[in-house]
Amino acid sequence: MSVAIAPEERMARSYLTDGYNLKSWLLTTDHKRIGLLYMVSITLFFFVGGAAATILRLELMTPKGDLIETADAYNRMFTLHGVVMVWFFLIPSIPAVLGNFLVPVMIGARDMAFPKLNLLSWYIFMAGGIIVLATLIAGGVDTGWTFYVPFSSMFSNTFVVPAAAGVFIVGFSSILTGLNIIVTTHTMRCPGMTWDRLPLFVWAQYATSLIMVLATPVLAITVALLAAERIWGVGIFDPRLGGDPILFQHLFWFYSHPAVYIMILPGFGVVSEIIPCFARRPIFGYKFMAGALLAIAFLGFIVWGHHMFVSGQSMYAGFVFSIISFLVAIPSGIKVFNWTATLYKGSIRFDTPMLYALGFIGLFTIGGLTGLILASLAVDVHVHDTYFVVAHFHYIMVGGMVMAYLGGIHFWWPKLTGRMYSEWWGKLSALIVFFGFNLTFFPQFVLGYLGMPRRVYEYTEDYQILHIMSTLGASILAVGYLLPLSYLILSLWFGKHATGNPWSATGLEWQTTSPPPTHNFEETPVVTEAPYAYDPVVAEAEYRASLAEIEERPRVNHT
Amino acid sequence: MSTTHELLQEPPLAEHFDDLEQQHLSAQLGMWIFLATEALFFGGLFCAYTVYRRMHWIEFVVASRELNVAAGAINTAVLLTSSLTMALAVRAAKLRERRWLLIYLAITIVFGAVFLGIKAFEWSEDYERGLVPGSLFTFPFRPEFAGFAEIFFLLYFLMTGLHAIHLIIGIALVATVAGFCARHQYVAQGENLVEMTGLYWHFIDVIWVFLYPLLYLIDVHR
Amino acid sequence: MAHLPFFPEQASSHAKDVDAVFLAGMGILAFFTALILILIVTFLVRYRRGTTAERDNAPNTSLRIELLWIGIPLIISIGMFAWSAVVYYRLYSPPADAYLVDVVAKQWMFYLQHPEGKREINELHVPLGRPLRLRMISQDVIHSFYVPAFRAKQDVLPGRYTSLWFQPTRVGQYHLFCAEYCGTNHAVMRGTVEVMEPADYERWLGSGSSEGSLARQGEQLFQKHHCGGCHGPSQNVPAPPLQGVYGGRVPVTREGDPSTNFITADDRYIHDSVRLPKKEIVAGFEPMMPTYDQTELSEADLLKLIAYIKSIGAEETSK
Repeated sequence: MSVAIAPEERMARSYLTDGYNLKSWLLTTDHKRIGLLYMVSITLFFFVGGAAATILRLELMTPKGDLIETADAYNRMFTLHGVVMVWFFLIPSIPAVLGNFLVPVMIGARDMAFPKLNLLSWYIFMAGGIIVLATLIAGGVDTGWTFYVPFSSMFSNTFVVPAAAGVFIVGFSSILTGLNIIVTTHTMRCPGMTWDRLPLFVWAQYATSLIMVLATPVLAITVALLAAERIWGVGIFDPRLGGDPILFQHLFWFYSHPAVYIMILPGFGVVSEIIPCFARRPIFGYKFMAGALLAIAFLGFIVWGHHMFVSGQSMYAGFVFSIISFLVAIPSGIKVFNWTATLYKGSIRFDTPMLYALGFIGLFTIGGLTGLILASLAVDVHVHDTYFVVAHFHYIMVGGMVMAYLGGIHFWWPKLTGRMYSEWWGKLSALIVFFGFNLTFFPQFVLGYLGMPRRVYEYTEDYQILHIMSTLGASILAVGYLLPLSYLILSLWFGKHATGNPWSATGLEWQTTSPPPTHNFEETPVVTEAPYAYDPVVAEAEYRASLAEIEERPRVNHT
Repeated sequence: MSTTHELLQEPPLAEHFDDLEQQHLSAQLGMWIFLATEALFFGGLFCAYTVYRRMHWIEFVVASRELNVAAGAINTAVLLTSSLTMALAVRAAKLRERRWLLIYLAITIVFGAVFLGIKAFEWSEDYERGLVPGSLFTFPFRPEFAGFAEIFFLLYFLMTGLHAIHLIIGIALVATVAGFCARHQYVAQGENLVEMTGLYWHFIDVIWVFLYPLLYLIDVHR
Repeated sequence: MAHLPFFPEQASSHAKDVDAVFLAGMGILAFFTALILILIVTFLVRYRRGTTAERDNAPNTSLRIELLWIGIPLIISIGMFAWSAVVYYRLYSPPADAYLVDVVAKQWMFYLQHPEGKREINELHVPLGRPLRLRMISQDVIHSFYVPAFRAKQDVLPGRYTSLWFQPTRVGQYHLFCAEYCGTNHAVMRGTVEVMEPADYERWLGSGSSEGSLARQGEQLFQKHHCGGCHGPSQNVPAPPLQGVYGGRVPVTREGDPSTNFITADDRYIHDSVRLPKKEIVAGFEPMMPTYDQTELSEADLLKLIAYIKSIGAEETSK
């Protein structure tokens, strides 16, 4: 169907060409345009947070504070890095950009269930973001992204309340996104799109959304209590006035542990789409994969206490939280093993998205298994609040989520923009990111076990060699992130026009044009088969046909 | 109103929905999920309340005695009655009795406003007695308990304040829906709107049903 | 402190146990990472696009295989949990005869006092081979006492005692860090733990001017704050006597609660009786005790008072 339409004509009818003025973007209720609004905003925040990370790493090359001269400046810098990366990049990354764009298309809907709420969520996000950026320009916060009391409530003399307000506000944007995705998945599926035909990407967004909806309000009320203590000087958390600082940690991690699963589950979804497509095989163990997503989301709510093994909570609470944390290994293991099994007897291609997905599996395996080491009570006592923890969660969040995000952006770039990027540059930067990442964070495992504490701008000289390796890796990583930014932007003008389905992938999003029309489909699709109906035997023919079709396309936009 | 007329008044179907049923189902599910979020939003405060009530039991009892139990009781009655009128409004909407619908919505608004009025009176009373946390806080009744009583009053003001904000939003919602139903001939969309608003209103009521005994009646129900 | 920068020194009795759990965890990590890597690389090579490898009858799901990779991780997880939990339990169960050193943390230093009265800042001298328990409290924010070579760490909280114990097994100087971010100069809130031969330690204890043992200093504070005016033998207002109280059971009442509960007169009880005297009142007495906050009586001084009360408790019971 789509083959018959000339590329110019297709562009002319796409969601991108449906209005050119600013108003058509800022007041759009099209989930695809809102996804792009989110993409532009979080890219900005990513490079703000990334710049902070680069400065931190450069500072840590030497044991003394020389690049950043004062401790205060360093403390504000790492707080900035944490707050921006967690709330303004990682949490909205895949759900609000790819989830927003793809969930309705993947289930054959014309839009999200609540398009206006969707737009509202972006405005709330920007309001929170602007407040946080203004706070940073005004002087910043020095509490760390965890806002631990009583330091944050009674001792810090930085802008804690505005930063907390920003976090409070941005929370509602993720609640609205989550609510929208849940309802859309329930009520907007096209005929034939039964629950057991739902792409795993949608399952992942669904599981993530459950966490967003149920955990985020607790964070909101926690930072509200923190602000109340700070403004009125009432001892909600300060023990001198009768409060309990450990209660803050319980409430904070009741949100923030599920939140770290907000920062990985969507990545699982992306990888579960990429691997079958480039291995030309149905995903192995579909039902277990979907079940594992829900299991992780559920377990995520009852393991928060593993952040508090040395906080002074009861030893027996430690036992309970430890064993449940170990159980998270089981659904995580299911995922890794099933992705691996999907490769078996496939017909594997090594395009850029696949490189990111393969990198994801390796890095997530290391990140996840070091998580088990951290769940081991006795070991956690030693490595808690050291670089071991820093390395662990960067393996999950950067090695996992950012790799998956980049993989997803490359995989769906033709769908998002209607353009192909340069495959050569894509592969090169995927390799640079993988190498740079490992060089940055692997030495930090060693540093952590040696006892190097987090959040220090000065350290003793015996740790320096590992810090130098890490900083070197970080500079390579920075290049790895700047490259996609450049060639993806350039592809908007110079890339070849994409076909509707450049990867010969299954899934409804590939049955419409690239980029899709405003209402996604010319007519409502009907699903008749299970997802991932790939066949390794006919793979070669499909691939050549698709390649040939793209090759025929002109490079320049004629419209 | 004639049958033809009613057909002309079919509610607008948003273009991304297939049919009215889908639209209605989405709105309903969305509201329930929103209420789940709200429950956890208040849940954080209930959790803090429970922890501190255990830690500072006697101080909480003493502080709670300073609240106006009678005003709270009247307010409980007012809000429960408003839930009844709200439920009747939903029923009227289902039966397409437009006049009754408007009457019940109006009564609901009045009850909501009465609640807020009594609450405002209580707060001003608390303010005059120096019970508002912060630099003005005084607790002359048992000065030695002032510190922990202040925690009680902070939680009291946060919980009742948050509840009142929800109620103000609820009143605004009911007023908007009533306005919509008054302007248009009765349409099925009005039924949806009334039902959604009703869910939200009952939720506010349920929260108060927990707040009242927890805050006002500590001394009574032990 | 010169050592190979890839594995930390083992200088306490815990270190070997913790390292064993850690290395087992790393072994599991290495095994599974290698397994996944080998499988992936094999598949990638064998089934890359264009090879003639046989691709028929590829399975899409298999309950048996799924149960296999649910079962194996489950067993390993439970095993690892049990082992680490046992070690953790030992980490938090100090021997009764452990030598007690007090730690008071504040922005941005650790203040330590030995029972013999010796005081130190950011340095801790300990004798080799003797179990040592730290009783810790913070004057301001949350800190964390961390000695990597001992594999020992515990948050130091305001308003509440936490404790940590270890048994040094090797002479030397080791890093001491604050591990919980505590504000501007968190990075420089660090010091040294020096493990000494017992004889050297005794010499070190005896050196310098000492104001007598901690209990003796506590007694002076007891007099300075006129505690004896009420709690002493010639009391003019009725207050509970403190001889023999420490470690025993005390009947306390709480206002509004007619029942009397017996609680152990431990460090927490004495600490809270000074800071929040209205909370737990000894049965039969009026709540007359004034509140002493940190400006009137620092945490360090309060620990000295506790040492004094403990010493008169011991005298009483030994009589």
